[in-house]
Amino acid sequence: MDPRTTFGTAHDLTDALGETGYLADDALATITWLALRLGRPLLMEGEPGTGKTALAEALAETMELPLIRLQCYEGIDATQALYDWDFPRQILHVRALEAVEGAARDVREVEQGLFDERFLLARPVLRALRDAPAVLLIDEVDRADDEFEAFLLEVLSTWQVTIPELGTVTAAVPPVVVLTSNRTRELHDALKRRCLYHWLEHPGIARELEIVARRAPEVSAALAEQVVRAVHGIRADREMLKPPGVAETLDWARALHELGTRELDTETAAATLGVAVKYREDAERVKKALDVMLTR
Amino acid sequence: MTATPKRPEELLLGFARALRAAGVAVTADRERTYLEAVAAVGLDDQPAVYHAGRATLCASPADLERYDLVYAAWFSGQRAGTKDRPPLPDVVPQAGLGAAESASGQAPDDPDTVRAQASSAEVLRHRDVATLSRREREALIAMFAALHPRAPRRRAHRYTASRRGAVDARATLRSTLRRMGEPGEVRWRRRGSRPRKIVLLVDVSGSMSGYADALIRLAHTYCVAGVPVEVFTLGTRLTHITRALQQRDPDRAIVAAGDAIPDWSGGTRLAEGVKVFLDRWGRRGMARGAVVVVFSDGWERDQPEALGEQVRRLRAVAHRVVWVNPHRGRAGYEPVQGGIIAVLPHVDSFVAGHSLAAFEELTEVVARA
Repeated sequence: MDPRTTFGTAHDLTDALGETGYLADDALATITWLALRLGRPLLMEGEPGTGKTALAEALAETMELPLIRLQCYEGIDATQALYDWDFPRQILHVRALEAVEGAARDVREVEQGLFDERFLLARPVLRALRDAPAVLLIDEVDRADDEFEAFLLEVLSTWQVTIPELGTVTAAVPPVVVLTSNRTRELHDALKRRCLYHWLEHPGIARELEIVARRAPEVSAALAEQVVRAVHGIRADREMLKPPGVAETLDWARALHELGTRELDTETAAATLGVAVKYREDAERVKKALDVMLTR
Repeated sequence: MTATPKRPEELLLGFARALRAAGVAVTADRERTYLEAVAAVGLDDQPAVYHAGRATLCASPADLERYDLVYAAWFSGQRAGTKDRPPLPDVVPQAGLGAAESASGQAPDDPDTVRAQASSAEVLRHRDVATLSRREREALIAMFAALHPRAPRRRAHRYTASRRGAVDARATLRSTLRRMGEPGEVRWRRRGSRPRKIVLLVDVSGSMSGYADALIRLAHTYCVAGVPVEVFTLGTRLTHITRALQQRDPDRAIVAAGDAIPDWSGGTRLAEGVKVFLDRWGRRGMARGAVVVVFSDGWERDQPEALGEQVRRLRAVAHRVVWVNPHRGRAGYEPVQGGIIAVLPHVDSFVAGHSLAAFEELTEVVARA
């Protein structure tokens, strides 16, 4: 299946994503569809918890492609992203050759035998190129170093990787690539130019209600509405250190449901607040404001 | 849509150009991607064309705002409010300050002149920036080039080959392999070092107006010195000016930074500014493990306790917090402003920043943090 032609229009994509429980608005659907059609990586930025990573998961699910995830961190390099050689097994191989009498002892031959496919550890980027079509999620690319970005740039523009000992691996079909960034630092323009860019906002009340209904169908509509309204009230407070994302809304709704709560009141809200709010300072602010919020 | 351009490509490319004139970094390859994207969604689908442009021509939330403005202007048939790149300010060559400074035009082989010149430069190095005349200031600006800021180092994540350190099992195995399993020399490895991030927060409010220009220049020398640095200005609001300062030419960079700062010499809401920095950038990673340098006199209009609290938070994520107060360089200075008293318990170093010599000291403090 070629990801470029899977969906005829952006609306088809919206519907397909909707079936997996991911609700995309027009802007997001259009841009994702374009990224698929043009074979370009998609760069998603936005507040934590707005569904950047979830988009890649939903895409993989709806297109029935493997999701290959590369979590970036400071100091990540090519051996963790591309490939590495399995040294212990190579050593074992040499020892085994020695043990066998009369085996090939020509150094060049042995060396070639060592850099064989079976000693190659394929890391996410290489796997995505080999298994293409696949969905490659490069998560939190802003955490990696600048050098790593330059390296990504090469892969993302040519869709190929050269392993000196083996040759060049080229993707038959460009993989679907989703990059996410939390904007802890500015990404290089060169990388941004390769990508289609989208900034994700927190969803509105109606959309978030829909999301809760889809992702946590067991939660009653009345409770869902109360939770979503409470979360929106919390988000509107600019003083919050870390406003809760959609994932927190879902967790909170599910937690309350598990506790058998029918209606959110100050007491249960305060008791379960730790699911949605993860800072002590925030929790205190919210507890004070909850009374007003819940009676409104 | 306007009827004047004949072909859709012209209309779209014209729009891309208008966007570039509005300050979005639109390059030729982006224009091409834009055309491809519009072709893919079809020109008739107006909302899709709008989103296609947002995805292909923009690269940050700031770009998105500009995009919306230009889009509205361009496709509603009005002329977009284009603004060309600001020209360089006219720099009038000054005739040097005093006899010693004008020596540049004189015969340099006169040893007295050279000595006088050097001593005048030395005096200027120690003069309080705020008390300089315009000419002296220009002479001082030339001396900024002599500052060579270095980044502090942190331990790297990765190991590198070394003569000391721990045994590098993998490399040792590899060399063993090369000898067909014959054990040999042991390889060693240890962690290397990498430059640590630096964040400069410059207070550009009214009470700092005498120093703001020099401090922005100092920030610029950091930006072009090849060290990982991010620069923000604090005033009534927080402004990210790293991008503006990355131009090589100091004058152009200062002008660009000045354009980006909306609240030059205005009031201060220091606590609020530090808070916004922490929430939007700092805690997400920019300040983590970084050396954060705050240039401010701590003149807090709101409550000083709030400032103390924010600086405490800042220190909780940063590696070091250095507070630079230009007024500290004055004889008889006592930290009496409420803001300064509130922040002092939470800063690692409290240094002066009123003269070029003080800036040199500061670059040392930062490099060793």
